[in-house]
Amino acid sequence: MSEPLIRFDDIHKRFGTNEVLNGVNLSVYEGEITTVIGKSGGGKSVLLKHIVGLMQQDEGRVLIEGKPLREMTRAERRAMKRRFSYMFQGNALFDSMTVYDNVALPLKEKTDMPKKEIPGQVEKKMDQLDLHDIHNKYPSQLSGGMQKRVALARALVTDPEIVLFDEPTTGLDPVRKNAVHSMISDYQQQFGFTGVIVSHEIPDVFYISQRIGMLDEGRIIFEGKPEDIQNSRDPLVQRFVQGFESRHDQLTGMAPQSQGEQRYREEIARMDRYQNVFSLILLTMDRIDGERKRDHEAHQTALKEFSQRIRNHLRLTDICSRYGMNKLMIILPNANQQQAEEVCAKLAANLQTTEGADALFGSEGCFRVTAGIAEAAKDSPIEQVLSAAEEARNPFYEFRVC
Amino acid sequence: MSQIAIVTSPVAALGRFVLFLLQEMGRLALFFLEGLVYIFYFPFQFFKIAEQVYFIGMKSVFVICLTGAFTGMVLGLQGYYTLVKFGSEGMLGPAVGLTLIRELGPVLAAIMVTARAGSAMAAEIGIMRISEQIDALNTMNINPVRFLFSPRLAGALISLPLLTAIFDVVGIFGGYLTGSLMLGISPGIYFSHMVEAVVMTDINGGFVKSVVFAGVVATITCYQGYYTHLRAEGFGAKGVGLATTSAVVFASVMILITDYVITSFML
Repeated sequence: MSEPLIRFDDIHKRFGTNEVLNGVNLSVYEGEITTVIGKSGGGKSVLLKHIVGLMQQDEGRVLIEGKPLREMTRAERRAMKRRFSYMFQGNALFDSMTVYDNVALPLKEKTDMPKKEIPGQVEKKMDQLDLHDIHNKYPSQLSGGMQKRVALARALVTDPEIVLFDEPTTGLDPVRKNAVHSMISDYQQQFGFTGVIVSHEIPDVFYISQRIGMLDEGRIIFEGKPEDIQNSRDPLVQRFVQGFESRHDQLTGMAPQSQGEQRYREEIARMDRYQNVFSLILLTMDRIDGERKRDHEAHQTALKEFSQRIRNHLRLTDICSRYGMNKLMIILPNANQQQAEEVCAKLAANLQTTEGADALFGSEGCFRVTAGIAEAAKDSPIEQVLSAAEEARNPFYEFRVC
Repeated sequence: MSQIAIVTSPVAALGRFVLFLLQEMGRLALFFLEGLVYIFYFPFQFFKIAEQVYFIGMKSVFVICLTGAFTGMVLGLQGYYTLVKFGSEGMLGPAVGLTLIRELGPVLAAIMVTARAGSAMAAEIGIMRISEQIDALNTMNINPVRFLFSPRLAGALISLPLLTAIFDVVGIFGGYLTGSLMLGISPGIYFSHMVEAVVMTDINGGFVKSVVFAGVVATITCYQGYYTHLRAEGFGAKGVGLATTSAVVFASVMILITDYVITSFML
């Protein structure tokens, strides 16, 4: 693996007698989203603030591209800070400034951009984040979700290389929470920045992160890929994840990914014992109406509505779970590939005819749901079956709601 | 408690207090110097300074006129009834003029600005601190002292001498109102004796005081807001409330202390 962009090397931080960070070691790699998860008040935000020098460690080193932050000269530190953006937990928007001024501030104050070009750049970024007709409003006049987007626009307006997100979804309802996560993931892919997120939204952050660091009692007790953490046999890690994970995904009302995987393993065990067959459907929802493609809230609302209707049309024995930002996984026990295809076709037809496409989503926009079906074979790992389902996404089941 | 501890603990407490005081004074001095230097940094913050001149100066004119008028009027009344006992009521003009120009003008104008604009500055910056807006400036590579304090300091340095001048003029006319129009001293005597008694040194002294007080007011009120988060006795909204109270109290007390110091040097 390449050299980490940011590395925490044995970081200790005390507030009086309270040792918040007790030897943190963590690496953040370029072009990835790394999420630090942990209990509230466990020192996640403190850790994040060390990266930009808002806090100083008592012991240890924070290395940016291999160079310790403390050993940087003032000019180096200034240059380094230019590469960063920080999105605060409470947004930290300047409440006496308009939305436009908030977004334009970093450009006006810290770049050499000619004054004439600033409105264009602000306009472009606000447009990309679907912020229209609110330029002259004040932050207090906006909804929580809109404020988050303004904060994100301000964080991204300078095209930073590294963006730090401090609990970006605190206090948001499930739709907005998922919209913010989807927004971060979408823009990370679009702009290619390195993201560091601090959050306790498990499993939602697993859908958008490439790496996870688990902070407990002031130390990183796990560092790795989201799938590794979910499959970890370490009882401490398992207890930690299960402690945070609810029985139902807040947005879809379905089981979370880990429970879906658990049910898959149970079905495999049943297959071994009773020679049953079972299949798996992977539903993927994408937005396809170009202009409004970035209306993440509408997308998540549609996913929520769609999930509810899917649940209504399935058999009691079928198992639904969320399997990603915009993916649902359905396990159909006692159904072979052909039977699963029939269930899926019936499902699509029901959704199209009985509910009515417009009523289904209750929002503007065009969505496409594709379905991939695969039959599980004996001892086949879930990744293999899912990958087969992904490859077999059939346009026959594709339906648009406009 | 051992006998040694009984003896040493008050000494230790005193030591801690002195160290705390020194630390605070040092931080305050550095805060002021940093803010002062950044006023002259390029690019100049003309627009922001003009905004502060409007907020600190222009918006305080009414309250300054009001307090100036009543201060002058009460000086006229008190001065007349005191001087008339010695048959010196003709000296009311110089008494009112000198009192206002040398002392009351700069001091009361500064205290009024502390109450009106200083408290607002402390509260505004304090709220910015607790809502992480100052941290946000830091992460954007924007120096918060330059961005928040320097324009306010410059605004106060420009506004307070002008407000003091307005206070003096309105106060002198307040004294004229009670001394001449109500109590019958000849306006000619009131003004001519005042012109004879007041010299340029008095006006310069008042001007110097007002400039120093401007620095004191802006620095202490902004400092209290800026370091709200370091207060041991209160966080969040309570901390901002306490910071605002401390800002007004400390600034007012410091105005009176520095007034004494400057006066003792000038006389």
